[in-house]
Amino acid sequence: MNKYDAIVVGAGHNGLTNAAYLAKAGLKVAVLERNPHIGGATVSRELYEGWHYSNCSYVSSLLRPEITRDLELPRHGLQVVPFGGGATFMQNGDHFGSYSDSGRKYREISRHSKRDANAYARYQADTSRQTRLIRPFLLKTPPDPTSLKPRDLKDLVDFAKPFINMGEEGLLDTIKFWTTSVGDYLNEYFETDVIKAQHAGSGIIGTALGVYSPGTAYVLLHHYMGDVDGNVGAWGFARGGMGAIANALSKSLQSFGGEIICDANVDRIIVKGGRAKGVALKNGDEYHADIVVSNLDPKRTLLDITDERDLPKDVVQKAKNFKIRGSSGKLNIALDGLPTFDGLDPKNPLMAGDLHFSDSLERMERAYDDWKAGTWSKDPYLDMMIPSLTDPTMAPPGKHMMSVFVQYAPPKVEGREWTDEDKDGFEKSVIDQISKYSPNFRDLILHCETRTPREIEAEVGLTEGNIFQGELTFDQLLFNRPFPGYAQYRMPIKGMYMCSSGTHPGGGVMAAPGANAAREILYDLKRPNTVPGSYADD
Amino acid sequence: MSAAERKTMLLTTPFHSRVEQYCELNDWGAWQGYTTPNSYFDVELEYFAIRSTAGVLDLSPMNKYRISGPDAEAFLNRLVTRDVSKIGVNRVGYAVWCNDAGELMDDGTIFHLAENDYRLCSYMRADEWLEWNALGFNVTINNESDDIAALAIQGPVSCTILTLIGCEGLNELKPFGIARFDFEGVEMMVSRTGFTGDLGYEVWIDPSKAETLWDQLFDKGRDYLIKPIGSNALHMARIEAGFLQADVDFVPAEIAVRPGRTRTPLEMGLDWQVDFNKPLFNGRVALLKQKEEGLRYRFVLLDVEGNKPAEHSFILKNGKQIGIVTSAAWCPTAKSNLAFAQVEMPHGAVGDEFVAEIYYQRELQWTRLMAPCKVIDGPLFNPPRKRQTPAPAH
Amino acid sequence: MTKYDAIVIGAGHNGLIASSYLAKAGKKVLVIDARSQAGGCASTKAFAKAFHVSDCAQWVHQLDDKIVKELSLEMHGLRLGRAKRTIALQSNGDHLIIDGDSLSGAGISGSDKKAYKEFSSQMRAFAKLMLKLYRTRAPKLVEADRGDKLTLLSLGLGLKMMGRKNMQDMMRLVLINIYDVMNEHFEHDGLKAAVALDAITGTNMGPRSPNTVFTYIHRMVGEALGNRGVSQVMGGMGSLGGALLSSAKTQGVEVRLGEAVAHIVKTDDRVTGVELSSGEVLEAAVVVSSADPTTTYRDLLGYRNIEAGQARRVEQYRTRSGTGKLHLALSGPPSFTGVSDEDHSQRLIIAPSMDAMETGLNPIKYRELTSQHVFDISIPSIEDPTLAPAGQHVLTALVHYVPYDLKTGWDSNESAREQLLDSLLAQLEGYAPGIRDLIVASEVLVPEDFEASHGVTGGNWHHGELSIDQALMMRPFPGSTQYTGSVEGLYLCGAGSHPGGSLMGLAGKNAAEEILKQGVLS
Repeated sequence: MNKYDAIVVGAGHNGLTNAAYLAKAGLKVAVLERNPHIGGATVSRELYEGWHYSNCSYVSSLLRPEITRDLELPRHGLQVVPFGGGATFMQNGDHFGSYSDSGRKYREISRHSKRDANAYARYQADTSRQTRLIRPFLLKTPPDPTSLKPRDLKDLVDFAKPFINMGEEGLLDTIKFWTTSVGDYLNEYFETDVIKAQHAGSGIIGTALGVYSPGTAYVLLHHYMGDVDGNVGAWGFARGGMGAIANALSKSLQSFGGEIICDANVDRIIVKGGRAKGVALKNGDEYHADIVVSNLDPKRTLLDITDERDLPKDVVQKAKNFKIRGSSGKLNIALDGLPTFDGLDPKNPLMAGDLHFSDSLERMERAYDDWKAGTWSKDPYLDMMIPSLTDPTMAPPGKHMMSVFVQYAPPKVEGREWTDEDKDGFEKSVIDQISKYSPNFRDLILHCETRTPREIEAEVGLTEGNIFQGELTFDQLLFNRPFPGYAQYRMPIKGMYMCSSGTHPGGGVMAAPGANAAREILYDLKRPNTVPGSYADD
Repeated sequence: MSAAERKTMLLTTPFHSRVEQYCELNDWGAWQGYTTPNSYFDVELEYFAIRSTAGVLDLSPMNKYRISGPDAEAFLNRLVTRDVSKIGVNRVGYAVWCNDAGELMDDGTIFHLAENDYRLCSYMRADEWLEWNALGFNVTINNESDDIAALAIQGPVSCTILTLIGCEGLNELKPFGIARFDFEGVEMMVSRTGFTGDLGYEVWIDPSKAETLWDQLFDKGRDYLIKPIGSNALHMARIEAGFLQADVDFVPAEIAVRPGRTRTPLEMGLDWQVDFNKPLFNGRVALLKQKEEGLRYRFVLLDVEGNKPAEHSFILKNGKQIGIVTSAAWCPTAKSNLAFAQVEMPHGAVGDEFVAEIYYQRELQWTRLMAPCKVIDGPLFNPPRKRQTPAPAH
Repeated sequence: MTKYDAIVIGAGHNGLIASSYLAKAGKKVLVIDARSQAGGCASTKAFAKAFHVSDCAQWVHQLDDKIVKELSLEMHGLRLGRAKRTIALQSNGDHLIIDGDSLSGAGISGSDKKAYKEFSSQMRAFAKLMLKLYRTRAPKLVEADRGDKLTLLSLGLGLKMMGRKNMQDMMRLVLINIYDVMNEHFEHDGLKAAVALDAITGTNMGPRSPNTVFTYIHRMVGEALGNRGVSQVMGGMGSLGGALLSSAKTQGVEVRLGEAVAHIVKTDDRVTGVELSSGEVLEAAVVVSSADPTTTYRDLLGYRNIEAGQARRVEQYRTRSGTGKLHLALSGPPSFTGVSDEDHSQRLIIAPSMDAMETGLNPIKYRELTSQHVFDISIPSIEDPTLAPAGQHVLTALVHYVPYDLKTGWDSNESAREQLLDSLLAQLEGYAPGIRDLIVASEVLVPEDFEASHGVTGGNWHHGELSIDQALMMRPFPGSTQYTGSVEGLYLCGAGSHPGGSLMGLAGKNAAEEILKQGVLS
């Protein structure tokens, strides 16, 4: 009893994906979840009667289509519905609409600047070029450049090939792109503040960096490399909220015979003779297996549930140095009706998209300055959605659900823990900002769930409330994620693995880390691989 | 709906009220953000209007840039590959332009309106590229696309009809020449240019007079069987005439995403457009290098056996794929089956014979046809009236 | 008319070094500079009667020893002062002293002392590896020729030789920010800030900005080049310029100072010489510009003489600077609290904490004045009394952060300079009470002033921001790397080319070697 082939700690989307592939390969697998519900940050919760909140992650694009299809998630109930575009409201009463139709987008940009409308084509081509480079590597294990193993050398050569194919200038531009700031990158294309601001948002979401911090151009790419039905860069809602993804994954897992055990709070990984042998729960129960996979972030995995004495010293140090910073908060709001916004027809399709209120890079950077000073942004960058305009299951008819992602919120306020007063102040700064553009908004609020990094960490177990389980900077990407030498999902203890967003290719509801880790585990077990490769990019 | 939102919808040209009236098929397409007819009443008949009477195409969506100032000529000379100083005042010249790597960005026409005053008409939008190009030049660039309404009147009776609406002496205008007339109190510019390879003109006028111009043309032209034509008919005519089109026959350089997909003018059969005697133009160094090292591709006109258009076909040599067709059509006047193709070097010399792998569908069934084809040295349709001055009556 | 093998624009240290190496190889070389003093940013001026300061760069810490020897600079009068300790001033008067690898004062802990030694030694190892890349042109990666491949191979081997641990650390560190690295290694805020200062000097970045470890390693290359820490040049920086000039002349370089190049002359396809503002035209087989890339292409060659894509690259090349300078003429020796008389000759820095630096940076992002500055102070007249009248002193300080394009404008708003000066003095007063009373004359220089006086675009001493996307094989920008200009016959040899700024001299030397190797000069 309580004996399995493999135990996965944490029923977030990556844990479930990892377990599903192991079960599919014939392993007896159990997923242990601390909370009474599954999903981790991929969750829908009815915190106000009749309203469903995707109360952490809130949109889907990155979820690998190869996995969706391979694990038959649609058959298990998953539907992802794209939404059309988005808008940035401007202080002068106008707005910039980011229409998904390219012609309409062109005309909207040219309403602000003809030159920028024309430059957009170049921007899009240059960015697509980078997207095409990275997409094939999402479902691959990063090669270790310090290794001389034939497998690594071959992978390194494969990795280098598309870069070499870009030619000298193309390659230099790529290196520039990977090391520059989103602000500087956008300055090379656009002259209009609001257009730069609209596009820069993707460079800072979930990141403890400002629009002028080098490395943020890559973060932008991270938000562009997903797709909805082959439409690269498009985003959508999971029908029923993000929990639908976790639910479909769990059904898929169960169809392969895997088990999910909730209310199972793991205390530590049992190590005997240098090998992982299972886990012990806080309540003393033990589950045994020769394979233990952690879907917790690298810090929790190595510093919380692993005994330091079982680890090499440098790994403990690396885990301590791993950068995982809370930078965001979230408001989930039940609304009595549809809020209206100055200057935008409520029937405009943009209403169903991502809405923002920061109309210049300067305002965004100032929001970051507040974070650096240890406080929440007084003029925050918001990524606001009304999913009930796309998905009728989120709120009762005629009512609406609003999800507001907030950048920035520090993990600690001026060095101390968040208090309830801080939380109120944070909530107020967000609601005040929205009210400035929407006169009827405040009166429509029926219920508001406010989540600072404190709440995100407490409930979901994301250290500091960092949504990516670790900053997406180059020092923590690819063969550096989570840190050099351990980027191939294997931990220093034999039989122990990591499958969380803290591993390649990183955060976002992508499910690739979970799948990639499963492939490595099956490789070690000398079992046939069940994990699909990437679709060829055309 | 706010005015701002309306501006993001598909726009209409100054001729729209008339175009809509004539567009019996209600078959619309989007062109540069404007709604324009794919066809008005019958593609075949519209095409024949171009070749035997006169076809009228609304080309208002064309990108038009006014380039003026003391450095206008120098600016254009650095921009395009040909020598702009050879385009006299009141003359029009075809031109292509490249990025620094010598990769083709677009083609278009340069109208020399007056000393250091030009209009550049381009297929692709060029606002940003022109702005970068203006660095260091004393030149003003103004996007006047929306300020000018334009119609193409193409076909053997085009000159006659335009003369009837007041273009006295138009028949004396040489190909690529510009003439100006008074029309209802405003200046109407007429250039002997077009995209059909036939006798034809393009008329440029203030948008406020657009509807009147259309009405008069169709009124005076009725007895000469003037017809409106949509983009489908134009497509047939331009292939027959051997004109290539950006974003169809080549991928514009700055928006190409995949490595190796761009082409240089030399590879697109446009070497006659590249003047290496000019000390500097964008792409010069790269093109000189390519000329020395050799081309990767050649752009060819193919005469394809049979009557099935070779659209999207592979081009094979001894069973191996050596190229692709970029445009193709059955050409009703020349009674030939023409295709434009990019083929790998060293293939593609005039007279080379290949096989086009054509797929066509009849009643749900797809047929694979291996049609022999041959490289020819120029368009098969090339009527004397295209060049004659004075233009023949009809 | 005389035809030169090479005309070098700019008699800054890189221009003179490039000229000397070309002349050493037997080439006929002319150097032209608009300033009447040679040395470029290595210059001295009397900003008040009999008070002399190095009015741009104030420290030497990266000058390549090899160049000093090969050009016999010491024989030509170069004298460096003693290697300086860095004294990081703390507000309580108990200062942190950094002497090579050892730390003392400020209650520094034993673990910090040990960590600092380890940190320095690892950084030195990285800098040593980097030096392989600095002593040669940065290789092309795709179109690599044999030389480039050798460089890449030697780098790869060097990386492997460092061992797996160092290699892994380097992969992680090279794009990281100095802020995190400091927090990983040290406890003491003053120590963290002191090291971070070296990472942000001359940039417009803060400690939290990613890629600042790269700029720190860039600075550490100086150690690998044979220098031990910072020192001053006896007689002021201008003496370095003077020594370089004298050495160049000895090599046979012809020098014309006080004559401005109006533009670079291009005939047909290639650059054929220069035209002076006097109208005189001088011909040469090659023109080598040590001016910054923006000045070279935009102003001297002219955008109309290059292809538009290159012009776009030049326009997008970033040259923002955040460094200003303060010069004080003092009637007597200043007294910093807690600093011994003798130690006043050392390098004094004011950088209370990394967070304070970061806060100081914020306003300049919005082109506003900051009220919290970071100081890098030298009182050179203590070691070198010739700089000031007997018993009197000069103080110079590099000051961060000062915006280039102040929103309200520097010129239109005279009070902005006064406000800045006032703010700087108030901050200094906190560490050296009574210093205001000693002031005989003062001068504050903002980036715009360096642009005007030294011709560096944006007032950026590095001739373009030394961020990693503008460094190494990307420097200054794709299409103009490996010292070649976009036009035949034109070369770059200034800090805008690899390996970049600071008084290092390698850009000039590498450029000369590249020109000679290409065999364009028969």
